[in-house]
Amino acid sequence: MNRRTWSARLLVCMCVPAFALGAFAPAHATVEGPDALIKRVATEVLDTVKADPSMQAGDMQKVMALVDTKIMPNVNFERMTASAVGRFWRQATPEQQKQLQTEFKTLLVRTYSGALSQVKDQSLSFRPLRAAPTDTEVVVRSEVRGRGDPVQLDYRLEKADSGWKIYDLNVMGVWLVETYRTQFSQEITANGIDGLIASLAKRNRANNAKAG
Amino acid sequence: MTFRSVCRTLITVCLFAGLFGCASAPGRDPRDPFEPFNRSMESFNDTLDGAVLKPVAMVYRDVTPDPLRTAVGNFFGNLSDVWSTLNTAMQLRVEDTVINALRLGFNTLFGFGGLLDIASEMNLYRSPADFGQTLGYWGVPAGPYLVLPILGPSTVRDTLGRSVEARGDLVLGLDHVPTRNSLYALRAVETRANLLRASSVLDEAALDKYSFTREVFLSRRQSAIEAQRHRDEN
Repeated sequence: MNRRTWSARLLVCMCVPAFALGAFAPAHATVEGPDALIKRVATEVLDTVKADPSMQAGDMQKVMALVDTKIMPNVNFERMTASAVGRFWRQATPEQQKQLQTEFKTLLVRTYSGALSQVKDQSLSFRPLRAAPTDTEVVVRSEVRGRGDPVQLDYRLEKADSGWKIYDLNVMGVWLVETYRTQFSQEITANGIDGLIASLAKRNRANNAKAG
Repeated sequence: MTFRSVCRTLITVCLFAGLFGCASAPGRDPRDPFEPFNRSMESFNDTLDGAVLKPVAMVYRDVTPDPLRTAVGNFFGNLSDVWSTLNTAMQLRVEDTVINALRLGFNTLFGFGGLLDIASEMNLYRSPADFGQTLGYWGVPAGPYLVLPILGPSTVRDTLGRSVEARGDLVLGLDHVPTRNSLYALRAVETRANLLRASSVLDEAALDKYSFTREVFLSRRQSAIEAQRHRDEN
């Protein structure tokens, strides 16, 4: 919610081009930074949706394919599912873990795509990254601006051998994994891990039927 | 009955319903001791919403030309900036208060009473704030989660904040009753129309809509308040 002052904003406007020019020299040989990664992927996805009338008309298959190919390779989905399932994760068999991941992924891709297909005139704005170069876990903060109030959109990333991976997402101050942890533990307490898998699958079938 | 007495009655009813509903189920969320009451209130709200508000909002969305809808949204947004300005001030957020006040000034004077949001065009973005948040900022605990009739998710503290704000509500304060009622209804429809997308995403994302809504509502309130307190520490 913190808003930079006018003077700071002005300073940024003046400094960014200068900095960008100065930063031109070093090659892209190093691993892409977490903020650069998010910025590139998010901008790419947003621009694709904006440029495609069929996606905006609600072609969910197309949006889901986009999310699958552009965003999912940058997500550590196992970690995301494991922390949403919480302490029950260790009790699950490898087969159950696999099913949980598959169903949870379908659910998230579907809801994320639903939100994405609503994009019209929105633009992204990124806050400067506050992290040390040695950090292996960071939070990248951004805002979606458009009609109405700006929407806060933050990402938690971890450094892996293959580069930075997203493992949690914050929309308007709400962390996704934490929200699902309550949902999941409620379901597991009542009906066990298989019960959770079944109810995720049921939710996905209902969402699919609605998509037609 | 005044709005105030309505609120007071509601709180009393809620508290009692909660007390009587307390007997069951272990493993319940400690922030939600009134869960059975809240669940039934939510399903009442959902039924009402599905029967009246949502269909009206959908028609409104479909028949209203975009520029007009933007103007309506801007107008009510501008009214809400009055309270936001006061509340950011009470939370000692100097910069947000200045920006909110500038917004209010520009939009009221040069935006035809708030129909145009020229402030946003000038990159002066709104910092929404309400009295419940201000109470939280000064250390008042949220208290139990509460689903209010028609108004939806809240907490005991936020219900209190809301009832204080309702007394200063510029629309509710209008003397001309037909104008007041029309504006009140229009605001409700406009608000609901803005939430059409969000509610369809929510429907698809949740396993149990009730606890999902609760989680989202409580974390959102909490994180907004914590962000301000955190800012003070830095």
